[in-house]
This record gives sequence, structure tokens and C-alpha cells, in this order.
Amino acid sequence: MLWTLGSIAGGLLLAACAPNATQDTLQPVGDVAKQQKALFVPVFWVAVAVFVIVQGGILYIAIRYRHRKGRDRMPKQTHGNTRLEIGWTIAPAVVLAVVTVPTVALIWDLARPAGEGALNITVEGYQWWWGFSYPDDDMVTDWDSPITIADTMVVPTGRQISLALESKGGGAQDANQDPDFQVIHSFWVPQLFGKQDVVPGRTNHIVFSVDEPGTYTGQCAEFCGLQHGRMKLEVRALEPADWEAWVENQKTLAPSPTDPLAQQGEELFLNPLSDGRGACIQCHAVGDQGATAAPNLSHFADPEHTCFAGCNWRTEDREALAAWLADPDAVKLGAKMPDYQLTDEEIDALVAYLYSLT
Amino acid sequence: MATVTVPETARGLLRRPTATTGAWSWLTTVDHKKIGIMYGVAAFVFFIVGGLEALLIRTQLYRPDGTLLNADQYNQVFTMHGITMIFLFVMPMSSALFNYLIPLMIGARDVAFPRLNAYSFWVFALGGLFLYSSPFLGGAPNGGWFGYAPNSTTDPSIGMTFYALGLIITGIASTAGAVNLAVTVVNMRAPGMSLFRMPPFVWMGLVVQFLLVFSLPIITVALFQLLFDRRWDTAFFDPTRGGDPILWQHLFWLFGHPEVYILILPAFGIFSEVLPVFSRKPLFGYRFLVIATILIGAYSFTVWAHHMFTTGAVALPFFSIATFIIAVPTGIKFFNWIGTMWGGRLIFPTPMLWAVGFLYLFLTGGLTGVILGSPPLDFHLHDTYYVVAHFHGVLVGGSVFALFAAIYFWFPKMTGRRLSEALGKLHFWSWLIGFTLTFFVQYQLGADGMMRRYADYPSEAGWTTLNMISTAGAFLLAFGTLPFLAAVVLALRRPADQPADPWEANSLEWATASPPPHHNFDSIPPIRSERPVFDARMAGTEVPGT
Repeated sequence: MLWTLGSIAGGLLLAACAPNATQDTLQPVGDVAKQQKALFVPVFWVAVAVFVIVQGGILYIAIRYRHRKGRDRMPKQTHGNTRLEIGWTIAPAVVLAVVTVPTVALIWDLARPAGEGALNITVEGYQWWWGFSYPDDDMVTDWDSPITIADTMVVPTGRQISLALESKGGGAQDANQDPDFQVIHSFWVPQLFGKQDVVPGRTNHIVFSVDEPGTYTGQCAEFCGLQHGRMKLEVRALEPADWEAWVENQKTLAPSPTDPLAQQGEELFLNPLSDGRGACIQCHAVGDQGATAAPNLSHFADPEHTCFAGCNWRTEDREALAAWLADPDAVKLGAKMPDYQLTDEEIDALVAYLYSLT
Repeated sequence: MATVTVPETARGLLRRPTATTGAWSWLTTVDHKKIGIMYGVAAFVFFIVGGLEALLIRTQLYRPDGTLLNADQYNQVFTMHGITMIFLFVMPMSSALFNYLIPLMIGARDVAFPRLNAYSFWVFALGGLFLYSSPFLGGAPNGGWFGYAPNSTTDPSIGMTFYALGLIITGIASTAGAVNLAVTVVNMRAPGMSLFRMPPFVWMGLVVQFLLVFSLPIITVALFQLLFDRRWDTAFFDPTRGGDPILWQHLFWLFGHPEVYILILPAFGIFSEVLPVFSRKPLFGYRFLVIATILIGAYSFTVWAHHMFTTGAVALPFFSIATFIIAVPTGIKFFNWIGTMWGGRLIFPTPMLWAVGFLYLFLTGGLTGVILGSPPLDFHLHDTYYVVAHFHGVLVGGSVFALFAAIYFWFPKMTGRRLSEALGKLHFWSWLIGFTLTFFVQYQLGADGMMRRYADYPSEAGWTTLNMISTAGAFLLAFGTLPFLAAVVLALRRPADQPADPWEANSLEWATASPPPHHNFDSIPPIRSERPVFDARMAGTEVPGT
């Protein structure tokens, strides 16, 4: 039974020295996550207190009333005690009532819609990556569509942000590929806010703000098929000045490449590949050209676009990008991007082109 | 008296099976005891399989970027682990105990419908084999044990079709068994055994059968809808054609929450038998505990949406408060067990150790569950390893610990042989420590943002150390099961030597030989309380069969 006490102590020790986790709920950086932590901590300690009292009682009884040799006795046959039983019905009810009050208060707090001047972002869940578009009037690009990015969600600090969560799908249907299905995902960035499900046919909302500039990671939190574990994202929170600069850059087309290799890549990207292998632009978009079934690559090499393909690889990692283009299924089993049997020369050209899209 | 010869044709459609020994006697039996043992053995085989699947999961997650399984295999393994442990282990293992013990505990000759009982078992076995044929016939279910639509309806592999059909089949077995046992308890109690003189285990069993009868139709409807969506292109869960994916969740959890009590009430019943026997006291507040159980059973149909807080489709304050309220009757039971031990003369043979271990683990599982009942906290913890740790706390710490306690406790009754105390203690301590190592760190992993159902994780996430501890614990659980298997083998190699009542216990099953004869009882002692065998022992009368 001493083990029990040891494990409690061990558990508390672990809780005290949380490892260097990038998705640690207990190190909040946004208002919502902070409110949630402020509720968690007292409720947690109430639970610990109940555990210590009850478990302590069990240990005490187990030791105090254990049978000892030579002390044979028949214990008193008590069948119950109504007063005691009513007492221990009321006691947990009171503790739970105490927990209920702040719980319900915070439910209503979190459900409050965003105020004036909030930044709206539509979060789109696909199999298996996240897309983000900015529907506000002042976020329209030179080619008249909302700023749209994938894998990293770029936000300003110190401003209320209102997310509308939508499940997308139904994209590429190459003969060898399974279509992209609309399924349930769940959007969660632990240091910023708790999760909400992304449900087909329904729009859920999260309203939050970020206090500090930085990178905050998240992952899909509802099982959504084969590569659920590889559906990641990063939130890039920028100081207002940096944010303005980022927005301006997103609104304009990336400059046309001047390097011949990149020009060759652009040619490959924007036109059907030889031998009827399909075209990148069938699913991806760059600027005013392309489709929405796959990540928008207008500013693929923008410094804030730190990761790609479900945020599983760093954008600066050229070799990872080349491997991804060579055989998506090999590096991310079941990926919906087809394997177009690209030659090494084609891959080099496409990589050069993508890195020109700053 | 003249001998009447009954013509062969007048004995009904099927001939009564008469073999009493050998394989044929097992295959044709309608004896509740043999059926109970077959349920138990089959369930335990599935437990071993589900346990090996758990080891695959834990081995895959031991290090970052695990390569033992790919994502496709991993999804199948964790889905089959969940389905196996819930539908093919805990539920049939409970059926095994109910089948074996309820007729004995109420002083009956058999269950009400012995042939239906055999039917239940064989349909369950068919369902289990059907589900496990899937890996060889195109792929195992891969959408998680709760198979959320539309992922489950659109997934291109055949697995979720096996899931729908397999669970419909095991549902038929459970429904037939539930009706049978409920009728047995209501109609076949020995003279003198009023409802409030039934052993608590029988009470828990009765409530479970009613929960099954009321909840299984709901999941059956949902499974048919899933099957139709997959196979015949209906659109129950497809929003692009007027369906709603949330409908699946409502139906699943409207079954799924009563299911939680279907899984745990047998455990409550087992401990309500074991704790009084080894405390040498009656169950404290027996009536209170029974009433609390009935309330939990009825109330369990009102809290389903606490599994759906993050969907944005349910009334959070209502289901949160409802969830907090259902914690109260569970708390009452807990205090009743502690009250039973208070002032007793406690001895700690293996079944009692499992009972005390249960109190410890179930307490942690229960308290962490209350935290999940608060939606703003659930927004973070939902679908993380915190939830994994929580429900393993109640299902392993509750149901599995109970089933082991039950096996150690009733093995002498079922076989006439006792399991080794030394091996039993080794088994218990490996499991208590193994469980703590495996699952307590997962609470922390959940708070650190690790979600369930990820086939791998990167080293930068900072989850490596805790995952290593968890995996080590899982292997301790696996190796800790070996002493148990050894104890069973060793016991069965010895001749039967156990008396009718080796533990000085309370209820009627101890008033007949170990193992009981085919007809169960030669005679039944008078029943004037929920502890007839205790009463008889105190009165100094010789207990029949002893």
C-alpha cells in the first residue's frame, strides 16, 4: 500500500515538472487558454484533496482493521447507518455544486461571440491538412479572392480572432486516388484555446486572442482517417507591424521567377504534365490560377509558411520537399496528392519554382 | 406407479442433449455452468488477443517516429483493441459470471431458457470469429471503436462493414442473454428470496440486463444505418444529401453511456460480494447501494452528450450538470464499500487484494472523470491521452480488476481447485504497479497535448520519456499475466479438493459442492437475509453440500 502513496507523490512530481512540451495546455499564451487553466487548477486540487482523504481513509482502515493472529473475533454486524449514508450523499453533491458554478460561468463566457474589429478566419479541415482563408473585406488579394494559406495560420497578437470551422473535401479524384472526404476533424492549439470539432454541414466557432508573438503548434484532435496523426498546423503570431507587412505581401502576386530553372518549374506547374500525367494546377492554386482542392501555394516560400504537407516537414528543408514530390505516398501513406512519376529534373525545377514564391 | 413411455416425437423438436463428459458435452450443452465456463474461456482468449494488440500499440509509441506499424495497420490495431476489449472480453466475461453464478445465487436449477442461453453463447462466438475474419478478408475495422461517421461511412476499406455486421451479431447474443437472465432473476428465485434478499451481485446483474435490453436497440439501429450508408448509398450521416454526422454520435453515445455501466456494474457486484466476505461483515447500506444502482441505471440514459461537448451541437450546461449528478450515486457506493471494511476483520487473500486495488484505481478514474465533466476543461482534455488514462482507469482498474477478483474468488467453486496464493499475489502486484506506470503518465501526456490515435509522434513534441514509461508499464502488465496463467494450469493439474465453502462466504452458491453437481442443489438452506450461508453457519446448522 505504500506504493500507492509513492505513486501519488510521483504523479505530483511529474505534474510539477512538465517536460518541454510544445503543446502544453498548462502553459497558456492566449486569453481563452488562460481562463481554462484558471478553472483547471482549482478543480484539480479539489480532486487531489478528495483523493487524499478517501484513499487515506481506505489505507487507514485496511491497516487498522486487518486481522491479527490470535485475535479472533467476530466483528459487529452493522448493516448500515441512515444518517451516515445521507451525509455521504450530500457531501459529494456539495463539492460538485461548488465545481458547477465556475464551470457554467465559463461555458457562457466562452460562447460569447466576437466583438467589433475582430479578425475573421475560416478554418478548413481537409484529409489531412488545414487550410485558412481570411474573409474580411480588408483581406482581399489583388486577384479578388480572400487571402488563403495552408498549414500555418498567421495571426496578429493582441487582437480578438474569430474562427469559423468548416470541414471540406471532395477534391481530387484521380483514378488511383481516393477522393478527399468531408469528415469530422477537431481544431486545437493547446497553448491558445481548447478544441472544437470541425463537422461537415455545420460551422463551429472559436473566439480567442494571442498575447505573445511566437509559434504555437496544434494537431487534429478527432480521428479523421488514415493520416489523422499527420494533420498538424502551426499558429504564427506576429506583432501588429509584422502582421501588416505579411498581409500586404499576401495580397500581391509573388514575383515571376527570373532563374531559368524556376521558370522551367513554373511552366511545369501551370501546365499539364507530359504523357497525360495530370497537372499540379488541377488541385493547387498559385495567385489567380488553379483550384482549391489542395493547399494554396501562392506564397509557399513566405517566411511565415514554416511547414508544408500537413505541417509534417519544414519548408526550408529542400530534400523533404523533393522527397514529397517524388512519391507523396511513400513519405505520408495514403496522401491524396498523386504520384505523377516526376523525373529528377522535373522535381528540381518544381522545387526551384516553389522556393521563388515568397 | 406405471411407467409411461414418451414417444420420441413428443419430446419437442430437438432432442435433449445428454452427454455429460467429453468435447461433445461442451458443444451441445445447455447447462448454464458449462455455458458460463465457455463464455469465460472464449472471453479470456479474446482478452489475450486484445492485450497483444495493446502491446503493439505501446511498442509502436515507445519511441518517436515508430516504424513497427504503418498508419493503416495502426488504425486497425487500435480499433480492434477497443472492440475486442469491450465487446469480446468485458461483456462476455460478465456474461460468463452472470451465467454461472446467477442461477446458483438465487437457488435455481438453471436459467429460464437454457437453449436460448446456448444460442446466445454460440452467436457471440460467431460474432467474435466474424470480426476476427476481417484481417484475412480485406482489412480489419479501422475507424475507432466508436466508428464516427462520416469517416466510418466513407472509408474505402471493407473494415467498417465488418464492424457494423459484427457488432449487430454480438448485439443479438447480448439481447437474447439479457432477456434470459432478467426472466431468470424475476421468476426463478428460491422460496424466501425476496428481491431485497438477493445477493448484490444478482442485483447488479439484473440492472445490467435491463440496461442491455434498452440500449442495444439504439446501437443496432445506428449500425444498420452505417451499413446502409456504406453498402447501399443511403445518406443518414451525409450532410451533403440532408443527413447529419452528429446523428451517429447521438445514437452511439445514447447506447454508449449506458454501456459504460453495463461494463462497470458487474464489477460493482463482484466487489460487493468479495468485500463483505473478507471483512466478515454484511455489505454496509445494502438497500442504499441497490437503490443507487437502479438510479445510476436509469440516469445513465441522460448523460450521453458529455462525450460530445466539443461538437458544438449539445447543451453544455445541461449535460455537464447531469454528469456531475451521476457522480453522486457512484460516490455513495464507494462509501458503502469503505463502510463495509470499517470495523471488520480484514483478511487479504488474492480476491480481496484486487478489491482494494480496485478502490484505489477506480477512485482516480472517477475523480479524473469529474474533471472531464466540465466542458471548458474537456475542450482541452477531450480525445487526448488524459481521456485514455481516465477510461482505462475505470475499465481496467474497475472491470478488469473485478474480473480477476472474481476468477480468484469463484475458481474453487467452478473447479473444486484453488489458485495459488503466491502466484496470485505476484499477478496482483504486477498489475497494480504496471497499471500505475502505464496509465498515470498518460494523464500528463494528455495535458501535454498528445492526442489519442496518432500512429506516431515527432521527437520535438517532448512526449518521449512519458511514452517510454507507459510502454514499460504495459509490458509489466503483460508479463504479470503469466503467473495467473501458470496458476490456472497448476491448479487444474491437481485433483479437486475444495470444500463447498472454502472462503466462509455468504451467498447460496457456497451451499453446494465444488464444483456443483449438474442439478446445482440437493437442498437449499432457509433464506432469511441476503446472506443465507452466513446465517446457516452462525446458526450452527450444517450447510447442505458442505
